Amino acid sequence: MSLIHAEGLYAGYGGVDILRNTHLRVGADEIVVIVGPNGAGKSTAMKAMFGLVPVRAGTVTYRGEDITNRPPERMVTRGIAYVPQEANIFPSLSVLENLELGAYAIPGDMSPRLEKVFEIFPRLRERRHQQAGVMSGGERQMVAMGRALMVDPHLLMLDEPTAGLSPRLIDETIERIREVNQLGIGVLMVEQNARQALAVADRGYVLATGENRHEDSGPALLANPEVAEMFLGG
Amino acid sequence: MIEVIQLLINGILLGSILALGAVGATMIFGVLRFAHFAHGDFMAVGAYFALTVVTVFNLPVLAALPVAMAGTAALAVAIDQVVYKRIRRVQPVILLISSFATALVLRSAIQMIWGSSNQVYETGIQLPWRIGPLTLKPDHLLIFAAAAGLVLMVHLFLTRTRMGKAMRAMSDNMDLALITGIPADRVIMWTWAIGGALAAAAGVLLGMDTRLHPVMGWTLLLPIFAATILGGIGRPYGAILGGLVIGCAMELSTLIIPGSYKPAVAFAIMVLTLIFRPQGIIKGAV
Amino acid sequence: MELAGLGAYLLFFLNLVGIYAIMALGLNMQWGMTGQFNIGIAGFFAVGAYTTAILTTGPADGWLGGFDLPFLLGLAGSIIVCVPVAWVVGRITANLRTDYLAIATIGIAEIIRLFFLNEGWLSNGTRGIPGIQKPLDLGNGGYLLIVLAFVAITYLLVEVARRSPWGRVLRAIRDNEPATAAAGKDIARFRLEAFVVGSCIMALGGGLYAHFVGFVSPEAFRPLYGTFLVWVMLIAGGSGNNLGAMLGALVVWIIWSSTEVLADLVPTALIGSESAFRVFLIGVLLQVILVSRPQGLLPERRPPMPGERRRS
Ligand SMILES: Nc1ncnc2c1ncn2[C@@H]1O[C@H](COP(=O)(O)OP(=O)(O)O)[C@@H](O)[C@H]1O
Ligand SMILES: [Mg+2]
Repeated sequence: MSLIHAEGLYAGYGGVDILRNTHLRVGADEIVVIVGPNGAGKSTAMKAMFGLVPVRAGTVTYRGEDITNRPPERMVTRGIAYVPQEANIFPSLSVLENLELGAYAIPGDMSPRLEKVFEIFPRLRERRHQQAGVMSGGERQMVAMGRALMVDPHLLMLDEPTAGLSPRLIDETIERIREVNQLGIGVLMVEQNARQALAVADRGYVLATGENRHEDSGPALLANPEVAEMFLGG
Repeated sequence: MIEVIQLLINGILLGSILALGAVGATMIFGVLRFAHFAHGDFMAVGAYFALTVVTVFNLPVLAALPVAMAGTAALAVAIDQVVYKRIRRVQPVILLISSFATALVLRSAIQMIWGSSNQVYETGIQLPWRIGPLTLKPDHLLIFAAAAGLVLMVHLFLTRTRMGKAMRAMSDNMDLALITGIPADRVIMWTWAIGGALAAAAGVLLGMDTRLHPVMGWTLLLPIFAATILGGIGRPYGAILGGLVIGCAMELSTLIIPGSYKPAVAFAIMVLTLIFRPQGIIKGAV
Repeated sequence: MELAGLGAYLLFFLNLVGIYAIMALGLNMQWGMTGQFNIGIAGFFAVGAYTTAILTTGPADGWLGGFDLPFLLGLAGSIIVCVPVAWVVGRITANLRTDYLAIATIGIAEIIRLFFLNEGWLSNGTRGIPGIQKPLDLGNGGYLLIVLAFVAITYLLVEVARRSPWGRVLRAIRDNEPATAAAGKDIARFRLEAFVVGSCIMALGGGLYAHFVGFVSPEAFRPLYGTFLVWVMLIAGGSGNNLGAMLGALVVWIIWSSTEVLADLVPTALIGSESAFRVFLIGVLLQVILVSRPQGLLPERRPPMPGERRRS
């Protein structure tokens, strides 16, 4: 059974549809990557699934339940965590406070979750009293992911988690995402660094002008000459 | 030199009062994204609430302070629920105009209920202490201690409680707070409650220092905004520092220019900050 | 009230409506058309009123004056003096948006008021400048014609501006500044122009006001009368719509006057102060308008773009 399934989505801003008949699916334990040119609607697709952009037609089903157009806090309590592309930390709060707030909507003791996040990102434990806004780009991305993991999610949605990182950090971040996935968390991520991302992906989607173009396993997409030409720089 | 020290003492006193007002104003500004023009009138309302408690129950002012704070907090939450909440989704500017209207309604209500003339909490003159050439009224120490105590409580609230952290988070990054599942409506209610309570405290302390008058809050509104902007919008610690700086600057300015231009000093600092350092004096992240 | 008294009141009333209509039109140029949130109207109002008061009065007793210039030159002076003031204010606030601009402009207006309050050599301080004459020894009736003529001129001016290419750029700035900048428009210049023109219209209103009441003092330029009422008028009438701005001036003055009647009906013992009660009512009324009809009585109707057919 799929974890989340978006079917025939039409959604956009101010009456203009950006997504047109978009469909996406993530199975439990899968890593699914969305690639596509700038402005293709990748971020919009994630926001629509998370209830941040109104869905005009189509449905989003999560573990068999229709969650179309539910408010974001309901998504969080159901176990969906989302890391936006930009402005994804609370800059004037400490690392620890960022993580604590991630667990705000989830009842119960958060220390086991905190421990789990610190295990995945030991760097965050070291710097837990640091003000998040003054940290390096890579560390901020860790804070952002850590914040999302505090939800103890079944599904983690990441919008361009490696944007602006150095090649070494890109590899490291992708590796972390794989580790998270191995804990049994489904991952849906948008990536510009398609080569590295598709290499670890179970499946991938190519989105262009709000429509599905290709859908295949990660390696198959990498091998697809048309995809390679369009997005992977030849 | 003596004169400067005396002015600095007065400035710190005024500054602590401004700081209390500015902390609330900056949180409201940070969380709700609008300049609340009725904030000064919350101060006045709080001062008059305390006056009623003082006269009816014959209590000392500091005992009336918590009552005034609670009453004003409730009033602030009620105004938000009845008025602001309904127009939050329209345009921020409509909210701003609406807060201007709230200011007028509160001020005229004060005039209708308590009258327009000057009033004081306690009649009779307090003998000032003379420390060498400096003078200090016993009330001044009380005011300063109360302001410092409240600031400390705000600090503990903001850094130690879940709600306080959520409030800072919302002021930091509203969209992310919503994505994280922070309940915006509850945070907003708390923001009004705390903003209202602190404004009331500022009003009561101002009333202790000087006198009560329906426009007492309005005249301090712009210095409070000045402190808010100087400290950086949405930054409570900046607002405290901003309040002290503005208070001292206003008092010290009387060395150079006529005292009647005191308010203009605050505006001038504010306008200069807006132009040259719109993010405030404290270097913040992002 | 007998008929003659009513007539006299009506004349008085309509004069004020006209003067405030002019100010609402000025504000509409800044806010309705360009999206500039100026709540320092009182400052420009005061500059206009004081300038003509100084220029047109006879011998002054301890303040600047004695020029005894004719009415129209006084008004021209109001506008001319306002240009540099508005230009400087517009320049220093050029990069400020909504709330910040609001706070800055109200601060500047208060500085202007404090200036007139404290610089007695110029403005006679709190006592104010008396003896400002209406032109040609006109009464309120004759003066009303002059005011209405100015209302008509101002309306035509701002309406032409609104429909002109210049006005379209202003609206484009208001609605989508980045796109307008990307289209190669000098945003800062257009903004500044709109700010100065709007402020000068307010100064004109101030000048007409000074001659109407015959006396200026800093009291008249407190934010309530100088700024707030004008905003209420524009919001109630419909910002962006020039007819709406003028309708708002009429409606708000009718309401403002009727609060006087209402205040008379309620026993003073109950309300303490009549003027406070009136302010209270107008404040509550504004809240009701904002909550129930934030777009105003006459919402904005955009002029058609060139070549565009108006949809019916
Ligand atoms: N908040 C918004 N309002 C209006 N249009 C938007 C907004 N966000 C994105 N868009 C438009 O939607 C389209 C898709 O954007 P986005 O989903 O961010 O693309 P991607 O993430 O694939 O680069 C773009 O044309 C963009 O201009
Ligand atoms: Mg994107």
